Amino acid sequence: MTARRLALFTVITVVALVGCGSDQSTDPLSGSGASTVTGDVTVFAAASLTESFTRIGADFEAANPGVRVVFSFAGSSALATQINQGAPADVFASASPANMTTVTDAGNGDRSPTVFVRNQLVIAVPDGNPDEVTGLADLNQPDVKVALCAEQVPCGAAAGKALAAAGVTLTPVTLERDVRAALSKVRLGEVDAALVYRTDVRAADDDVDGIEFPESAEAINDYPIVVLKHAPNRPAAQAFVDHVLSGPGQAVLTAAGFQAP
Amino acid sequence: MLDAHLVVDRGTFRLDLPLTIRPGEVVALLGPNGAGKTTALRALAGLIPLTGGHLSLAGRHLDDPGRRIWTPTEQRAIGVVFQDYLLFPHLTALDNVAFGPRRQGLSRHRARQRAATWLARVGLAEHTHCKPRHLSGGQAQRVALARALAVEPALLLLDEPLAALDARTRLDTRAQLQHHLAGHSGATLLVTHDPIDAVVLADRLVIIEDGHVVQEGDVATVTAQPRTDYVARLVGLNLYRGHADGHHVRLTDGFQLVTGDRHVGGVFVAFAPSAVALHPRRPDGSPRNTWPATITGIQRHGDNLRVQLDGPITVAADITPAAAAHLKLTPGQTLWAAVKAAETRVYPAAAPLNVRAEP
Amino acid sequence: MSRRDAVLARPDRSTPPARTRRTGRVPVALLLPAALGLLFLVLPLAGLLVRTPWSTLPQRLTEPGVLTALRLSVQAATLATLLCLVLGVPLAWMLARVDFPGRRVVRALVTVPLVLPPVVGGVALLLVFGRQGILGGWLDSTLGVTLPFTTTGVVLAEAFVAMPFLVVAVEGALRGADVRYEEAAATLGAGRWTTFTHITLPLVAPGIAAGAVLCWARALGEFGATITFAGNFPGRTQTMPLAVYLALETDLEAAIVLSLVLLTVSVVILASLRDRWLSSR
Repeated sequence: MTARRLALFTVITVVALVGCGSDQSTDPLSGSGASTVTGDVTVFAAASLTESFTRIGADFEAANPGVRVVFSFAGSSALATQINQGAPADVFASASPANMTTVTDAGNGDRSPTVFVRNQLVIAVPDGNPDEVTGLADLNQPDVKVALCAEQVPCGAAAGKALAAAGVTLTPVTLERDVRAALSKVRLGEVDAALVYRTDVRAADDDVDGIEFPESAEAINDYPIVVLKHAPNRPAAQAFVDHVLSGPGQAVLTAAGFQAP
Repeated sequence: MLDAHLVVDRGTFRLDLPLTIRPGEVVALLGPNGAGKTTALRALAGLIPLTGGHLSLAGRHLDDPGRRIWTPTEQRAIGVVFQDYLLFPHLTALDNVAFGPRRQGLSRHRARQRAATWLARVGLAEHTHCKPRHLSGGQAQRVALARALAVEPALLLLDEPLAALDARTRLDTRAQLQHHLAGHSGATLLVTHDPIDAVVLADRLVIIEDGHVVQEGDVATVTAQPRTDYVARLVGLNLYRGHADGHHVRLTDGFQLVTGDRHVGGVFVAFAPSAVALHPRRPDGSPRNTWPATITGIQRHGDNLRVQLDGPITVAADITPAAAAHLKLTPGQTLWAAVKAAETRVYPAAAPLNVRAEP
Repeated sequence: MSRRDAVLARPDRSTPPARTRRTGRVPVALLLPAALGLLFLVLPLAGLLVRTPWSTLPQRLTEPGVLTALRLSVQAATLATLLCLVLGVPLAWMLARVDFPGRRVVRALVTVPLVLPPVVGGVALLLVFGRQGILGGWLDSTLGVTLPFTTTGVVLAEAFVAMPFLVVAVEGALRGADVRYEEAAATLGAGRWTTFTHITLPLVAPGIAAGAVLCWARALGEFGATITFAGNFPGRTQTMPLAVYLALETDLEAAIVLSLVLLTVSVVILASLRDRWLSSR
């Protein structure tokens, strides 16, 4: 008797859950008001876009009731690998053209990518700049510990270019796996300086200061964005990309320290 | 040599055991399971502390909680043969025996020499380089004995040393153990629940029940005059307590036995199971004690059968298989039990515990 | 076929249970998940092998960075295991043999590195042993010792993450070992230290070996705590997992080759060690 009741309960629960699931996903009827796009849109975005894209996503949802933006923030190369292995993403925003090329070369881009922002290197130093760093040459001193990104990741490649342009060779104590890791070494006080993006310093608030240097112009990083070929929700994906490129979207990005393309 | 009053409190259980052993004397500590035998052995070995009383060995105070004296196990002049020997599995027989001498500061070479001597003495000269898992039960027991004796202990403790052996090996090993104990100049305490081990190996028996001594004395006295049901069963006697008035003893439950000896006052009455005769009908002849009894169980006992009977008194009777066949015994059957007055032994119940009967 | 089996099964019942147990079939309910479990563990390895660029393998293997990272990995993992043995075995002994207040809490604390994400572990290490850390600042100012971004830092990070494996394995072995052997040693005059070295350690040696193997393997594969605490610099702190991770950023095939090298070396070392242990017993 009890067993049968339990079974009945289970069936009801499962039905209810399935019902919930279908309600939440892509019901074409809900949200059919002013906006034309509905459903979930999945955005794979570079880790350095975390703060600004979260803002943009909220704005986009507010402008399009019935749309939900789902983000996956990670290193661009990891995201590129996931997309090429069939991850169900609608939009890919990369921190470097190289990782975008990986995706488009595999035929996974819907059309050619658009550069939506650019990012520039600065020297991150602890708050107050205790070592009085003014340029790249100041980093080449024995008692100054420097963290760079590994050359395999975009910020490391950019740092290499900038140092070459400045004619400075320096031995870092570590080659970090991404820009946030390099920055955190400064924030923890383990290194005296790191070459990171201006946006990262902006996001770090008061812990670190960013020192601009002229050679950074030689190593400006383009951020391309693209709607993916196998996007499950192409209309919403295109609408999101359009929003990123629009005035309000660009305003958020600029406020975060990015430069317009 | 050993002068101890072992008091150990463990929750509801309390061990209270006065114990003295002279040099060269072997004392068997007997008792049912849970009587406190192992607790006593562990307290002597220093594996648990006393909560009261005292313990001194060869003139050294080892444990005296009242005077805050405590000597850890490794500093006591003891040797222990554990029930399952506990030979170190990663060491050869030789190194097992040499372990103790080595701890006494002997060089590796000297320690092994002494170990080899001991192994030869217990007849295992050819097995010195065997690991314990390649030894038979009897061999392992002898290695354990050699290991305990190699430290030349003032007190040798044997914890059920023969319990893990099969019947045949036990017989041989018991004889050898007797030989080696005779050669041991220190005190020996044998903890066992096997009366045969106790009778063969010990000079004196100390019997404890529920943490207390219930009987103590040499083998002859204890076997002749058990003072508790446990001891009576141990030595194979039927035992009753009652009040004597001449040749009659009124038992506590009202049944009356006629005895050969005359006594007055509180007494024990004991008789052997072989003294009980069984009859299909009420016997008319000489036996003074007869009563109707019901068979509750029949077991083999040596060459005979031991029959458990219920009735006005519970009693065990030993009868020959021929007699059993003649009576067609089955459990539940009712027949008559008879004991001759001359076959009973009567002794006073109020005798002091520490009396030692002179031969 | 099944009917025949049923008929044959009946006389089988009279045979002793021990025999039927040994010769009986493996139950499907055990065999199936066992096979699936094995597949689940082995298939990803097969995936690596399928994608391995065999033709360019020799040339990739001789690239200078590979051997350096490999040597550093093996050295650091071995040193970390030794450190874990020196500190972890006594800790396991305390947990298994000494009844001290708060033992349960200590036991739970020991397993913290197991559940802590290794990257967080690395940050935690920086907060203690870093230049501005509680101990690190003192080490730096008084002894001039800096731990982050050094090979010592790699060893420390690996030991931090791998030690619970050793402690848990050895504590289990100690709890399984019969304490009465230690009592027997005491009756023969051995103090606690002698008993520990002469009796306890040999008795739990298989458990210690198993724990050390787990510990070494975990240390060899350590990534998160290492890169966070010790950073990444070729020849000094770049171990194989770090090299693999960075290779993955640009060159999948290079990453696969590095992974295979790491796998092969660890399997060869563990297999040869096991043979030695087996032959010595």
